[in-house]
Amino acid sequence: MKKIHLEQIEGKSTGYMGLIALLGVFVLGAIGSMLYMEHEGHWVSGMDNQVVWGLPHVFAVFLIVAASGALNVASISSVFQKKIYKPLAPLSTLVAISLLAGGLMILVLDLGRPDRLIVAMTYYNFKSIFAWNMILYNGFFVIVSVYAWLMLDRTVKQYSRYAGIAAFVWRLALTTGTGAIFGFLVARSAYDMAMMAPMFVIMSFSFGLAFFILVLLASYKGTGRPLGDVVVNRLRSLLGTFVFATLYFVIVYHLSNLYATEHHGYEAFILLGENGGETYSNIFWIGQILLGSLLPIAMIYAPGVKNCRKTLAAASILVILGGFAAMYTIIIAGQAYPLEMFPGMEVISSTFFDGATTQYSASLPELLLGLGGIAVTLIMIALGIKVLGFLPATLEDSVADPHHKAE
Amino acid sequence: MSNSDVNISRRSFVEKSATAAAALTIAPGMFLHTVAEAKPADQAVSSAVRWGMLIDTAKCASGCTACVSACNTENGIASHDRPRTDQQWIRKVTLRDKQTKHEISLPMLCQHCEKPPCVDVCPTGASFKRDDGIVLVDRHICIGCRYCMMACPYKARSFAHETVDNTVDHQPRGKGTVESCTMCVHRVDEGGTPACVEACSEAEHGAMIFGDIKNPDSEISKQLLKHGGKQIRADLGLNTGVRYRGI
Repeated sequence: MKKIHLEQIEGKSTGYMGLIALLGVFVLGAIGSMLYMEHEGHWVSGMDNQVVWGLPHVFAVFLIVAASGALNVASISSVFQKKIYKPLAPLSTLVAISLLAGGLMILVLDLGRPDRLIVAMTYYNFKSIFAWNMILYNGFFVIVSVYAWLMLDRTVKQYSRYAGIAAFVWRLALTTGTGAIFGFLVARSAYDMAMMAPMFVIMSFSFGLAFFILVLLASYKGTGRPLGDVVVNRLRSLLGTFVFATLYFVIVYHLSNLYATEHHGYEAFILLGENGGETYSNIFWIGQILLGSLLPIAMIYAPGVKNCRKTLAAASILVILGGFAAMYTIIIAGQAYPLEMFPGMEVISSTFFDGATTQYSASLPELLLGLGGIAVTLIMIALGIKVLGFLPATLEDSVADPHHKAE
Repeated sequence: MSNSDVNISRRSFVEKSATAAAALTIAPGMFLHTVAEAKPADQAVSSAVRWGMLIDTAKCASGCTACVSACNTENGIASHDRPRTDQQWIRKVTLRDKQTKHEISLPMLCQHCEKPPCVDVCPTGASFKRDDGIVLVDRHICIGCRYCMMACPYKARSFAHETVDNTVDHQPRGKGTVESCTMCVHRVDEGGTPACVEACSEAEHGAMIFGDIKNPDSEISKQLLKHGGKQIRADLGLNTGVRYRGI
């Protein structure tokens, strides 16, 4: 295996500038949406007192979960000493930090009082998993930044493995914390399950890797740098494994609920679309299961597509779309299903929609805020690979593959 | 008399003196709480009391919304004709038993749990419980994340989805923060009764009783002892301060 040479991209082409400008428009859209929603109040969004977390949270939680997963490549290299992943480790840290920043931006801008961010940073209730997450998010930035620095600076490179191990442990804690935000909600049928935490961890592997693959393919295609099949195919089979693992967790989650009679109502709602759950059920079956899990698995393992980058890119896009569908199912459908306050009773009337399914429909400002978060992520990655040498100059098989034999 | 006899009698003297001293120190405090209704403004809230409510669904009239109107007037809660986003601190719910078809009507409000999930999940500590059991939101440090609304099993909280322009002095509220029933803490601290309970009584239904559930001589404690009072979602083990009869 030859020595890896990391090199900044030039970043002066029209395509690059155009990309930054386009993403900038989306960021402006998000800022405009935030100002509109804060000025008018949240009633202009699709959210209400029934569904209190809407589309912005779907985007935010997806990006935060994916952030932790994007660090996988670096972890496999540092913690598990797999040499083939080593050249990709710095890029993996950049993608991870950028995804987290995009996700947090959405989360903060959707607060009822985003101007009180300083309060959130100075007042902590340590029984709240949300408060712990704030520490985990901030710590992630610090630890992963230090990790990236130790990898990029030759003088301190020997310490990078320790930072890599710390980052690995931290990212597991972070995704556990994110899953626990839902897992610790005792009152709602869709949540209240310790399994939410590991399920989020495994989802992060899948969503984060899909995002990383797309960034890798796009940046090598955009810069015309050589990218060999060995690296790409390794990532392809890894993605397949993660999509399978995620599907397994989803199946166990629903089987657990199906076993407990008290959760039959929710399962009928989400699996069969009963009690006003048609839309949510469709998003689950078509979005999360068919497009987000089964189709990508077929595309990854189908014979004859082994070296096809387009198929891998399409599969990665589907995994991401499936990820959004999964978050929508968990976050929105989980709230739309009514709280079970009076078992054995039916609600005849209520002014506050007790016992009624909420039909949430997202508003344009919410969508723009979410897209703005993705734009921030992509801008950070694009600027990152221009400013610092995150991207190996070449990843052709003779460089990337530790077992490569010259033909 | 042996040395050990001296020691025993000396020890018992010390123990008895300590007990007497403790009784003299604590007794006036206990006495104060049983007699005085109003708490002086400079006196801290005490866990010697726990404010609670007992709601008798048999007396709660279907169609009567006196408690809701009283709450809205008392706390300056106005509708914007957008029921999905309007704040509601108390609401009337009519329920029917799926098996027996028996119908009941009851007011739903913050249940003022002893172990409130909203307080557990609040990242900044804006959701808090006073020593006397009243659960409140400090709207100066609420960041509007709505996690408490996700956590509340009773859907008791509302988010201020738009500008609040009819606030009353005793109830500071504002857009972008979460709010819920305060058990009319401003009245309670002055020895009064929550507006909803008062209105229910004035409407001659008397379905709501308010009082100190730690004081065995209070009306609510006597009623609870005699007839019992169930918690909504008792399975969660939250030990609610609001109890119901007939559910």
